[in-house]
Amino acid sequence: MDNVVITKESDARGSFCPGPLMELIRMVKGGQVGEVFAVISSDAGSQKDIPAWVAKAGHEFLGSEPAEGAMRFLVRKAK
Amino acid sequence: MQDKLSIILFSGTVDKLMAASILATGAAAMGKEVNIFLTFWGLMGFRKDDWKTNNRLSADFTDYAAMVGSAMQQHQVPSWRQTLEDAMEVGSVHIYACGMTMDLFGLKLEQLEPIVTDVIGVAGFVSMADGGQTLFI
Repeated sequence: MDNVVITKESDARGSFCPGPLMELIRMVKGGQVGEVFAVISSDAGSQKDIPAWVAKAGHEFLGSEPAEGAMRFLVRKAK
Repeated sequence: MQDKLSIILFSGTVDKLMAASILATGAAAMGKEVNIFLTFWGLMGFRKDDWKTNNRLSADFTDYAAMVGSAMQQHQVPSWRQTLEDAMEVGSVHIYACGMTMDLFGLKLEQLEPIVTDVIGVAGFVSMADGGQTLFI
Protein backbone atom coordinates (compact mmCIF):
# COMPACT_ATOMS: atom_id res chain seq x y z
CA MET A 1 0.00 0.00 0.00
CA ASP A 2 3.10 2.21 -0.11
CA ASN A 3 2.17 3.75 -3.45
CA VAL A 4 -1.43 4.52 -2.51
CA VAL A 5 -2.22 8.21 -2.15
CA ILE A 6 -4.66 8.85 0.66
CA THR A 7 -7.12 11.64 -0.10
CA LYS A 8 -8.38 11.97 3.45
CA GLU A 9 -7.71 10.25 6.74
CA SER A 10 -9.66 10.18 9.97
CA ASP A 11 -8.13 9.27 13.29
CA ALA A 12 -10.94 7.48 15.12
CA ARG A 13 -8.79 5.95 17.84
CA GLY A 14 -10.66 5.73 21.10
CA SER A 15 -14.03 5.76 19.36
CA PHE A 16 -16.09 2.64 20.03
CA CYS A 17 -17.96 0.44 17.57
CA PRO A 18 -19.57 1.54 15.29
CA GLY A 19 -17.87 4.98 15.50
CA PRO A 20 -14.83 4.31 13.23
CA LEU A 21 -17.04 2.71 10.57
CA MET A 22 -19.34 5.73 10.70
CA GLU A 23 -16.35 8.04 10.21
CA LEU A 24 -15.32 6.03 7.16
CA ILE A 25 -18.84 6.04 5.70
CA ARG A 26 -19.05 9.82 6.08
CA MET A 27 -15.77 10.34 4.25
CA VAL A 28 -16.60 7.92 1.44
CA LYS A 29 -20.06 9.43 0.97
CA GLY A 30 -18.65 12.91 0.77
CA GLY A 31 -15.82 11.95 -1.60
CA GLN A 32 -15.28 11.43 -5.32
CA VAL A 33 -15.03 8.11 -7.16
CA GLY A 34 -11.42 6.91 -7.23
CA GLU A 35 -10.38 8.72 -4.05
CA VAL A 36 -8.83 6.73 -1.21
CA PHE A 37 -9.95 7.17 2.37
CA ALA A 38 -8.29 5.93 5.52
CA VAL A 39 -9.54 5.52 9.05
CA ILE A 40 -7.41 4.64 12.05
CA SER A 41 -9.34 2.53 14.52
CA SER A 42 -8.58 0.93 17.86
CA ASP A 43 -11.95 -0.83 17.87
CA ALA A 44 -11.40 -4.60 17.48
CA GLY A 45 -14.73 -4.91 15.64
CA SER A 46 -13.46 -2.76 12.76
CA GLN A 47 -11.34 -5.61 11.38
CA LYS A 48 -14.49 -7.46 10.36
CA ASP A 49 -16.95 -4.56 10.13
CA ILE A 50 -15.06 -2.34 7.73
CA PRO A 51 -14.37 -4.98 5.03
CA ALA A 52 -18.00 -6.18 5.37
CA TRP A 53 -19.36 -2.68 4.83
CA VAL A 54 -16.99 -1.99 1.93
CA ALA A 55 -18.09 -5.20 0.18
CA LYS A 56 -21.76 -4.48 0.78
CA ALA A 57 -21.51 -0.87 -0.35
CA GLY A 58 -19.56 -1.89 -3.48
CA HIS A 59 -16.29 -0.06 -2.84
CA GLU A 60 -12.74 -1.44 -2.91
CA PHE A 61 -10.99 -2.54 0.27
CA LEU A 62 -7.27 -1.88 -0.15
CA GLY A 63 -6.23 -3.47 3.13
CA SER A 64 -5.14 -2.59 6.63
CA GLU A 65 -1.83 -1.90 8.35
CA PRO A 66 -0.67 -1.17 11.89
CA ALA A 67 -0.64 2.56 12.64
CA GLU A 68 -0.32 4.69 15.76
CA GLY A 69 -0.74 1.66 18.01
CA ALA A 70 -3.97 0.77 16.21
CA MET A 71 -4.95 -0.23 12.66
CA ARG A 72 -5.31 1.90 9.54
CA PHE A 73 -7.94 0.77 7.01
CA LEU A 74 -7.82 1.96 3.41
CA VAL A 75 -10.76 2.09 1.06
CA ARG A 76 -11.13 3.34 -2.50
CA LYS A 77 -14.50 4.82 -3.42
CA ALA A 78 -15.64 2.81 -6.43
CA LYS A 79 -18.99 4.34 -7.32
CA MET B 1 -29.27 -11.10 3.51
CA GLN B 2 -32.70 -9.86 4.48
CA ASP B 3 -33.08 -6.22 3.62
CA LYS B 4 -35.14 -5.08 6.58
CA LEU B 5 -34.69 -4.85 10.35
CA SER B 6 -37.60 -3.94 12.59
CA ILE B 7 -37.03 -3.12 16.23
CA ILE B 8 -39.84 -3.02 18.75
CA LEU B 9 -38.34 -0.80 21.41
CA PHE B 10 -40.26 -1.45 24.62
CA SER B 11 -37.49 -0.45 27.07
CA GLY B 12 -36.49 3.06 28.06
CA THR B 13 -33.35 2.27 30.03
CA VAL B 14 -30.06 3.61 28.70
CA ASP B 15 -28.42 0.18 28.33
CA LYS B 16 -31.20 -1.07 26.06
CA LEU B 17 -31.56 2.22 24.20
CA MET B 18 -27.83 2.00 23.46
CA ALA B 19 -28.11 -1.59 22.28
CA ALA B 20 -31.04 -0.73 20.01
CA SER B 21 -29.34 2.37 18.58
CA ILE B 22 -26.08 0.56 17.84
CA LEU B 23 -27.89 -2.35 16.17
CA ALA B 24 -29.90 0.14 14.12
CA THR B 25 -26.69 1.88 13.05
CA GLY B 26 -24.99 -1.35 11.99
CA ALA B 27 -28.05 -2.47 10.04
CA ALA B 28 -28.43 0.92 8.37
CA ALA B 29 -24.75 0.94 7.41
CA MET B 30 -25.16 -2.51 5.84
CA GLY B 31 -27.94 -1.16 3.67
CA LYS B 32 -30.94 -2.49 5.54
CA GLU B 33 -34.10 -0.51 5.94
CA VAL B 34 -34.58 -0.01 9.69
CA ASN B 35 -37.92 0.67 11.32
CA ILE B 36 -38.16 1.30 15.04
CA PHE B 37 -41.48 1.09 16.84
CA LEU B 38 -41.48 2.91 20.19
CA THR B 39 -43.86 1.54 22.72
CA PHE B 40 -44.34 1.93 26.49
CA TRP B 41 -41.02 2.75 28.21
CA GLY B 42 -39.26 2.94 24.89
CA LEU B 43 -41.57 5.76 23.89
CA MET B 44 -41.17 7.47 27.28
CA GLY B 45 -37.43 7.64 26.59
CA PHE B 46 -38.15 9.64 23.42
CA ARG B 47 -40.12 12.41 25.13
CA LYS B 48 -38.46 15.68 24.17
CA ASP B 49 -35.17 16.21 26.08
CA ASP B 50 -35.74 13.17 28.31
CA TRP B 51 -32.47 11.63 27.03
CA LYS B 52 -30.49 14.48 28.58
CA THR B 53 -31.35 13.36 32.09
CA ASN B 54 -32.07 9.68 31.47
CA ASN B 55 -29.64 7.56 33.49
CA ARG B 56 -32.06 4.71 34.12
CA LEU B 57 -30.59 1.22 33.85
CA SER B 58 -32.42 -2.09 33.50
CA ALA B 59 -33.44 -3.38 36.93
CA ASP B 60 -31.96 -6.81 36.07
CA PHE B 61 -28.50 -5.29 35.80
CA THR B 62 -28.33 -2.74 38.65
CA ASP B 63 -25.25 -4.58 39.99
CA TYR B 64 -23.38 -3.08 37.06
CA ALA B 65 -24.81 0.44 37.26
CA ALA B 66 -21.80 2.14 38.85
CA MET B 67 -19.34 0.37 36.54
CA VAL B 68 -21.31 1.23 33.41
CA GLY B 69 -21.75 4.86 34.41
CA SER B 70 -18.05 5.46 35.05
CA ALA B 71 -16.95 3.52 31.95
CA MET B 72 -19.27 5.53 29.70
CA GLN B 73 -18.07 8.79 31.18
CA GLN B 74 -14.41 7.82 31.04
CA HIS B 75 -14.58 6.80 27.37
CA GLN B 76 -16.96 9.61 26.41
CA VAL B 77 -19.28 7.19 24.65
CA PRO B 78 -21.70 9.10 22.40
CA SER B 79 -25.29 9.13 23.63
CA TRP B 80 -27.74 6.65 22.12
CA ARG B 81 -29.59 9.71 20.83
CA GLN B 82 -26.53 10.80 18.83
CA THR B 83 -25.94 7.24 17.61
CA LEU B 84 -29.47 7.13 16.22
CA GLU B 85 -28.97 10.40 14.42
CA ASP B 86 -25.77 8.99 12.89
CA ALA B 87 -27.73 5.93 11.78
CA MET B 88 -30.27 8.17 10.06
CA GLU B 89 -27.43 9.97 8.30
CA VAL B 90 -25.91 6.82 6.76
CA GLY B 91 -29.00 4.83 5.94
CA SER B 92 -32.74 4.43 5.89
CA VAL B 93 -33.93 4.60 9.50
CA HIS B 94 -37.45 5.50 10.55
CA ILE B 95 -38.75 5.89 14.07
CA TYR B 96 -42.43 5.56 14.84
CA ALA B 97 -44.42 6.13 18.01
CA CYS B 98 -47.00 3.57 19.10
CA GLY B 99 -50.47 5.11 18.90
CA MET B 100 -51.78 3.18 21.88
CA THR B 101 -48.96 4.37 24.19
CA MET B 102 -49.42 7.95 22.95
CA ASP B 103 -53.10 7.81 23.90
CA LEU B 104 -52.44 6.08 27.21
CA PHE B 105 -50.01 8.74 28.40
CA GLY B 106 -51.72 11.63 26.61
CA LEU B 107 -48.68 12.38 24.42
CA LYS B 108 -48.60 14.31 21.15
CA LEU B 109 -46.03 13.93 18.36
CA GLU B 110 -44.64 17.42 19.01
CA GLN B 111 -43.82 16.39 22.59
CA LEU B 112 -41.39 13.77 21.29
CA GLU B 113 -37.84 14.09 19.96
CA PRO B 114 -37.96 15.36 16.36
CA ILE B 115 -36.32 12.14 15.09
CA VAL B 116 -39.70 10.43 15.70
CA THR B 117 -41.48 11.03 12.42
CA ASP B 118 -44.95 9.56 12.82
CA VAL B 119 -47.49 7.81 15.01
CA ILE B 120 -48.60 4.40 13.81
CA GLY B 121 -50.63 1.47 15.12
CA VAL B 122 -49.44 -2.03 15.85
CA ALA B 123 -51.04 -3.51 12.74
CA GLY B 124 -49.30 -0.93 10.58
CA PHE B 125 -45.95 -1.76 12.14
CA VAL B 126 -46.44 -5.52 11.80
CA SER B 127 -47.24 -5.02 8.16
CA MET B 128 -44.12 -2.84 7.75
CA ALA B 129 -41.99 -5.55 9.42
CA ASP B 130 -43.32 -8.29 7.15
CA GLY B 131 -40.59 -10.28 5.41
CA GLY B 132 -37.69 -8.93 7.51
CA GLN B 133 -36.07 -9.57 10.88
CA THR B 134 -37.82 -8.28 13.99
CA LEU B 135 -36.29 -7.66 17.41
CA PHE B 136 -38.06 -6.93 20.69
CA ILE B 137 -35.84 -4.92 23.01
